[in-house]
Amino acid sequence: MTKIKTLADLLKIKEEVQSKTKLREKSDHPEQLVQVKVGMATCGIASGAKETMKYFIDELEQQAIDALVTQTGCMGYCYAEPTVEVILAGKDPVVFGFVNKEKAEEIIDVYIKRGELVDGVIPLSFRTIDD
Amino acid sequence: MKTISDHMLDIVQNSVRAKATLIEIIVVEDNVSDFYAIHFNDNACGMSKDTLGQATNPFFTSRTTRKVGLGLSLLKYNALASNGSFSIDSEIGKGTRVKAVFQLSHLDRPPAGDTWNSLYLIMMSNHDSRVVYRHQTPEGTFKLDSAELKQMLGGVSLQQAEIKKAVIELIKNNLEDIKASK
Repeated sequence: MTKIKTLADLLKIKEEVQSKTKLREKSDHPEQLVQVKVGMATCGIASGAKETMKYFIDELEQQAIDALVTQTGCMGYCYAEPTVEVILAGKDPVVFGFVNKEKAEEIIDVYIKRGELVDGVIPLSFRTIDD
Repeated sequence: MKTISDHMLDIVQNSVRAKATLIEIIVVEDNVSDFYAIHFNDNACGMSKDTLGQATNPFFTSRTTRKVGLGLSLLKYNALASNGSFSIDSEIGKGTRVKAVFQLSHLDRPPAGDTWNSLYLIMMSNHDSRVVYRHQTPEGTFKLDSAELKQMLGGVSLQQAEIKKAVIELIKNNLEDIKASK
């Protein structure tokens, strides 16, 4: 294969991809997707959020899970970076702390695929009786 | 921050949070004059004089989730530690310009790092801003414009595995071509 250097080379790849697979419509119904938000402020980046985010993109794509992976700012849990907020369709957001590659794998396998909670949740959606 | 590419990812977040629609990242390096400069220009809301004076103070931040703001402070520190310079300039309603210069051969200059990953992540996750990256070395210039990229891709997501691989490879090959510093 020739080296990819220009946008024209990229266009070829895109056409190949388009013809091979029926593309999944992603952004049209974000509420039906799994949303993964990786905390990517200074604290997150310094703790390796870039690797975590790359891992989520790769794995979710490979396992053909419809997901939208995005960056978000600091959620105030700098001690627990990298943090990841996962929103499953119709459920409250859940924030996980200390998400390295191993943790990310566990989150995908156990929480995203089976809906069972795993250790390491930061109680973001905690509500008092008055709320 | 271990690498300059980490700083890139970090500083761009400031512009994104300030609702920039155009973010320029310009790297100029020269091994003869021995410098590595990185500029961030945006057209976001800008800062007042007071805020600007506080911007590189690590104990100042405009956000409410925590009390420290280290992004610009760390970049400034790294630039000064490698015999470089740092400047920030902003005008309300016009935008902000950040410039960090490193001495290219200085032992304390952080490595450039995986610019391709940073750039990919920036372009993938910011749908509302156009990101223009330009990297200039004595060997040549590499330019990547997220608007052109997205137009070419049409509706195809950057998250698509093959596209992701291709975009990262494109950036890597071009940086190699112009002999970008590591």
